[in-house]
Amino acid sequence: MPGKVFAVVVAIVTLAIAYCVIAHVWWMPVDISVHGPNIDHQIEETLLGAGILFIAGQLVLAAFAFLYGDSKGARKMKSFPGGAKPLIIFAFVVVGIEILVLSFVGSKAWGSVYFTPPDPDSVRVDVQAGQFAFYFRYPGPDGKFGPLHPELISEGTQNFFGLDTDHDADSKDDIVTAQLAIPVNKPVLLTLHSKDMGHSFDVRELRVQQDFVPGIVIPIHFTATQTGRFEIVCTQLCGLGHYNMKAYIEIMSQTDFDNWLKQQAAMQ
Amino acid sequence: MHDMTAHAAAHHAPPQGFIRKYVFSVDHKVIGIQYTTLGLVSAFIGMALSWAMRIHLAWPTASIPLLGLLSPNGAPGGVPTPEYYLSLMTMHGTIMAFFLLTAAPMAGFGNFMLPIHAGAADMAFPRLNMASFWVTFVGFVLACATFFIPDGPPLSGWTAYAPLSAVGSVAGPGQGWGQNLWGLSIALFCVASLLGALNFIVTTIDLRTKGMTLSRLPLATWAWFINAWVSLLAFAVLLPTCLLLVLDRLGGTSFFIPGGLVVNDKVLPHSGGSPLLFQHLFWFFGHPEVYIIILPAFGIVAHVMPTFTRKPLVGGWKVITYAMAAIGGLSFVVWGHHMFVSGMSPYMAMVFSVPTLIITIPSVIAVLVFAFSLYGANIRFTTPMLFCLGFISLFISGGIGGFFLAQPAVDSYLHATSFVVGHFHFTMGLSAVFAAFAGFYYWFPKMWGRMMNETLGKVHFWLSFVLVYCVFMTLHLMGLTGSVRRYSEFVADFMVPLMPTNRFITVAALLLGATQFIFFYNLLWSRFKGPKAPDNPWQATTLEWDTTSPPPFDNFGGRQMTVYHGPMEYDGDAFVMQTSTEKSIAGT
Repeated sequence: MPGKVFAVVVAIVTLAIAYCVIAHVWWMPVDISVHGPNIDHQIEETLLGAGILFIAGQLVLAAFAFLYGDSKGARKMKSFPGGAKPLIIFAFVVVGIEILVLSFVGSKAWGSVYFTPPDPDSVRVDVQAGQFAFYFRYPGPDGKFGPLHPELISEGTQNFFGLDTDHDADSKDDIVTAQLAIPVNKPVLLTLHSKDMGHSFDVRELRVQQDFVPGIVIPIHFTATQTGRFEIVCTQLCGLGHYNMKAYIEIMSQTDFDNWLKQQAAMQ
Repeated sequence: MHDMTAHAAAHHAPPQGFIRKYVFSVDHKVIGIQYTTLGLVSAFIGMALSWAMRIHLAWPTASIPLLGLLSPNGAPGGVPTPEYYLSLMTMHGTIMAFFLLTAAPMAGFGNFMLPIHAGAADMAFPRLNMASFWVTFVGFVLACATFFIPDGPPLSGWTAYAPLSAVGSVAGPGQGWGQNLWGLSIALFCVASLLGALNFIVTTIDLRTKGMTLSRLPLATWAWFINAWVSLLAFAVLLPTCLLLVLDRLGGTSFFIPGGLVVNDKVLPHSGGSPLLFQHLFWFFGHPEVYIIILPAFGIVAHVMPTFTRKPLVGGWKVITYAMAAIGGLSFVVWGHHMFVSGMSPYMAMVFSVPTLIITIPSVIAVLVFAFSLYGANIRFTTPMLFCLGFISLFISGGIGGFFLAQPAVDSYLHATSFVVGHFHFTMGLSAVFAAFAGFYYWFPKMWGRMMNETLGKVHFWLSFVLVYCVFMTLHLMGLTGSVRRYSEFVADFMVPLMPTNRFITVAALLLGATQFIFFYNLLWSRFKGPKAPDNPWQATTLEWDTTSPPPFDNFGGRQMTVYHGPMEYDGDAFVMQTSTEKSIAGT
């Protein structure tokens, strides 16, 4: 009896989970990046392959629990035909194929983000993360970012990057903002700096998540395919305000972006 | 040489007096019970912390009066502050991962059973064994002490990533003495684990009784033996990591802190360190650690199941043992999968992804061995057997999540979401806990000499099994939306609509917690009022069932045990004890 109950419970749980996945009860937001479909494809491929293994595994377990309760001697003990050999072959062949497929397809998806060099004409934005805010810097008309001086970083004077506009010519026209704006359909190259702790830059819709590591500058590049306003959240534990560390990314048409940048430059 | 060591170990006299008998005991059985008790206390504390977190997540303004009493600053009026939430989370992870999951299945059951399984009178180094428990205990006290110091427990998570964990109290409340105590506590835990691992290894190699060849060793002991090697290599790296962290904090060094950090508009006086170095060192330990937690679970299930399926495991002792050894070995080359989005070279991600996927092969083999051992059996659905079945189901579910997180491209979306929380709770958390419950219900008669109540045990199983799925599978599914972990409140725009899901998880988690009181009640009631246990209540074959319940001080009452059979001589109701001179019936 407990074996049959166990089988029914496992079967119900398995089907309920399968339903939630197939019906997209909880699901990813629509992707808005050029590389995103690769990642989504990879996730779906994994859901399919791993999902079949999951359902098969649970149902086999349920079936055995259902069938092989104590017969009090009415049924003779049997061993699995062939012993462990078919199981080992199954594991190596089926899981091996799954691994090869996932690694092969997966390396393409990963490579589309990380193994391609950024477009030389990318829109470049410097990102500074600190407890508990993001700031963004555009190079201005000269196309060059001025150097950073940690000792000059100050919340009080709103010098979030530590720029020395009195002495560094390249810094004079840098544009610092609290919101990230980028043009649509144009490659973007972000360079991530952290002034204090580990943080992370995560925009779900862009399928971009990359940690900030203090002491090193990390580049990440992508191209957005839709306009709109999306949330940037911090996903690396950075201290007490971690849960509330966020900013917004506004994806605009090229004209809107040019105008926005001019406006921001005027406000510096 | 072999005999002399065994002889020497058997020859410490029975202890006299309460302190020597129950407190500073060198008896492996008492030490096993001490570790098990520490695990239970840790489970209770860790669970209570998780309730506070879950209540706060679902009802952010709700007052938790006891929390207000524990920390008037951390939870004014009973409502935890964001930083205190992180402290609760940090200590939940620390206490559960180290003092319950690492300690109980290995040091608890292992200490009690390994020498008996081997046919020895005690561990090879009984004094070292006592030291390892008491060092663990001091570590536990230091960890708990963080709740009672002015700035409270640390908030950097059980992984204690630098520089948050390394720069001191400028990084936030709890990052002062709380983090120092944490570092020292874990360093002590490492020392104790290293001593314990040495003892397990030497005892298994040196103190096996006559006829107890490696192929006749019970599978739980095989698992503890393999696990001791993994522990030895992994804790040997965590120990210096903790010490370097404490040095960065107190000694002014900069192992993990780079130059030019600015906190509160001040440049910190550090330079040259690397936060990624800390991550590499931590995960070099941290990934084997999850297998350190799960291998004893495999061993317990492999040991308990044949007793109730009444037949040997498919593939005998070899297949499962080789699978466990392969998992133990591979566990050292996969750590980088925790760091796909860390800023480590993206080429390294591929290097770590492949072995991470490959480690699923021995894991799948182990699961298939367990599942297909049910084929054609006459299963006795006792409480320990039900927990074994639950373990298989949970481990399949948890293992499936591994396929996702092992791939850098998929992980770049799922990293730091509640999918990961669901995944590791299924695998290293609840699978291990279910196996520990299987072990507990199975060995309770031997350890305390009384039977546990089967009805309560079954109720405990059914409720736990269903509720575990409600909590942790929902966390997986919610993770598909990108819901971020380690947030004390759901204030991100896209997370606000997830509140009903969040409340569902909280309600299920509270019920799951309440269910554990059935177990605690059963445990206490059976300990004092349960029916007396016979020597061999489950009709099992291994040496622990070949002595009284509980065993005498020297385990076998002066008998020299001689072993003639493997541990899985079952054929339906018929069975042959390992020490029996009858003919083998299962050919193991």
